[in-house]
Amino acid sequence: MARRLILSGNDAAAEAMRQIDPDVVAAFPITPQTELMHKFAEFVADGDVKAEFVLVESEHSAMSATVGASAAGARAMTATSANGLALMWEIVYIAASMRLPIVMPVINRALSGPINIHCDHSDTMGCRDSSWIQLYSESAQEAYDNVLQAIKIAEHPDVLLPVMVTFDGFIISHTAEVLEVLEDDEARKWAGEYTAKYSLLNTDDPVTFGPLDLQDYYFEHKRQQVEAMKNARGVIREVGAAYGKLSGRSYDLIESYRLEDADTALVALGSTAGTTKVVIDELREAGRKVGLLKLRAFRPFPGEEIKAALAGVKTVGVLDRAVSFGAPGGPLEKEIKAALYGGEQTVGNFVYGLGGRDMSMGDIKSVFDELDAISAGKQSVDEPRFVGVRG
Amino acid sequence: MPGLKQLAQREDLMSAGHRACAGCLPMTAMRQILLSAGKDTVCGCTTGCVEVVTTIYPYTAWRTPFIHNAFENSAATISGAEAAYRSLRKQGKIDKEINFIAMGGDGGTYDIGLQALSGAMERGHNMLYICYDNEAYMNTGIQRSGGTPRGTATSTTPAGKVIPGKQQYPKPLTDIMIAHEIPYVAQATPGYPKDMTDKIEKALSIEGPAFMNVLAPCTRGWRYPMEESMDIARQAVETCFWPIYEVEHGKITVSRKPKEKVPIEEWLKRQGRFRHLFREENKHIIAEIQAEVDRKWDWLLKREELTQS
Repeated sequence: MARRLILSGNDAAAEAMRQIDPDVVAAFPITPQTELMHKFAEFVADGDVKAEFVLVESEHSAMSATVGASAAGARAMTATSANGLALMWEIVYIAASMRLPIVMPVINRALSGPINIHCDHSDTMGCRDSSWIQLYSESAQEAYDNVLQAIKIAEHPDVLLPVMVTFDGFIISHTAEVLEVLEDDEARKWAGEYTAKYSLLNTDDPVTFGPLDLQDYYFEHKRQQVEAMKNARGVIREVGAAYGKLSGRSYDLIESYRLEDADTALVALGSTAGTTKVVIDELREAGRKVGLLKLRAFRPFPGEEIKAALAGVKTVGVLDRAVSFGAPGGPLEKEIKAALYGGEQTVGNFVYGLGGRDMSMGDIKSVFDELDAISAGKQSVDEPRFVGVRG
Repeated sequence: MPGLKQLAQREDLMSAGHRACAGCLPMTAMRQILLSAGKDTVCGCTTGCVEVVTTIYPYTAWRTPFIHNAFENSAATISGAEAAYRSLRKQGKIDKEINFIAMGGDGGTYDIGLQALSGAMERGHNMLYICYDNEAYMNTGIQRSGGTPRGTATSTTPAGKVIPGKQQYPKPLTDIMIAHEIPYVAQATPGYPKDMTDKIEKALSIEGPAFMNVLAPCTRGWRYPMEESMDIARQAVETCFWPIYEVEHGKITVSRKPKEKVPIEEWLKRQGRFRHLFREENKHIIAEIQAEVDRKWDWLLKREELTQS
């Protein structure tokens, strides 16, 4: 039996962590991640979890301690945002290369500078090449569900890669919503026990982690990470289906919303996908054939699934909540274009919401209007457009 | 505490065939550390000579579990492993006693790793941090660190026509760790192996965080004949340049008080990195170094007296 609760995104992710009850959690405060760790700290203080809670002196040490704990065979987690993720950067790559199944909620926030505490995706987009799986969440419900699924994906023997579960700072992290959570015994059974193949604590069969890896092996190890990321595609779907049986909420790499007969579609990540669904419902009532493709997994990138889902669409608008300075388009748009290469679709790029700038229903409607103008040949798609920006 | 004969009979947990230079005292330190700690020990080390020479994939010289993460985070990494151990032990998933030792060179400890070290000590993990101090970034080609002595010629503080080597005295790292008020802090050197191994065993037997700063001469960076490493290390103690002492819960005990303090000049002149100090125009620097050694030694003895009373 599921329970219905009113939780913010941060509390929902903390609730999933309580139920998983990892062996070690390391944390350093950064807005908007703080409330997640406050909640988890309450669980620790009240004896609701067995986790060792390591309150480190920086995010660099948060990721370093998480690596040490995971290499010691523990189920280990941390969480961060923006500059915290940037400070971890070096060790983010090392965690993946050691094939440690760490799970980390990342509460999306704009990277400095200028300093800003509100949502965009510059933080997680920046480490898209780090060999971490990235699952984007549309709602607090998805943040909760994704954290629970992430441990199963990360720890799968064909994957063994760390997972970032992202959700939009403040928009999801600080907004209360009604959601369903599993009963504790169901969640614990789902999480199961984690047994690492190699552990620093096995002194009878000692192993070396993190050796110097030169020209003769480094490349092979990177190639293995490529394979693991490929394997993750199937594993994410399997885990999503199994989770559906347990919770009634199935997950896939992507989600199509009213795409079947759509002429025009938006592609979005995170909370904006939810707003877009409402706009689509309104436009559909007015007879416009519009739809949405939501990416849940950005890494691994589900190119084939995207191509199939958008096969019948004529005009595609890609919403990027990050800028790739000097590049021809936003990070999401470039990859969507690559996935659709050779197809008939016209693709426009819309950069929006940097530094937490609101993306209203009206803004999304105007994006659909621009896409109509593009498909009518009245506007070009040569340059990305910037939604709601002055000047 | 075991004597050297007993230690010599223990299993050598550092294999032969690693790629350290002949005469490398950091590697002598590693052997002494492992002989003292035994096989149920998890070691971590920063990026640096020790990591590089012992772990070139697919080989490893470590017969204990070992982790290298990055340059600045061996303390944080081992603190995570120790937290995992506490968690799994609490859950009844592991029951043996395990030592946790984080290590780093002077670059990885005095400089880039100081924050992670300070944090790990403050949090009170049951771990020992050992700095193998060879007084410069040797692995990257002998650049100055916060632990490099005044007057040293390094790749980034060369003995130039205008500037004769490093201008600053080293950061008082051991004092900084004493100021953390952790249960155990010590200075040692593999040049005095019995003192060093006794201190390691004591550090590991004490509950809570411990720190050791270990002077480990580098034949390449200090520029002396490789067979002189042990003697150079011992003479650093005899000059009082590197006093060996321990601090237990704030109480200082000086482990060795030379009957006759050897002038620092005797130690400096054996090392190519100080050769330029013997030019006429630089000789005042030797006098200044001597004065600083004397000042610090006297202050150490005074502190010993104060804390013992």
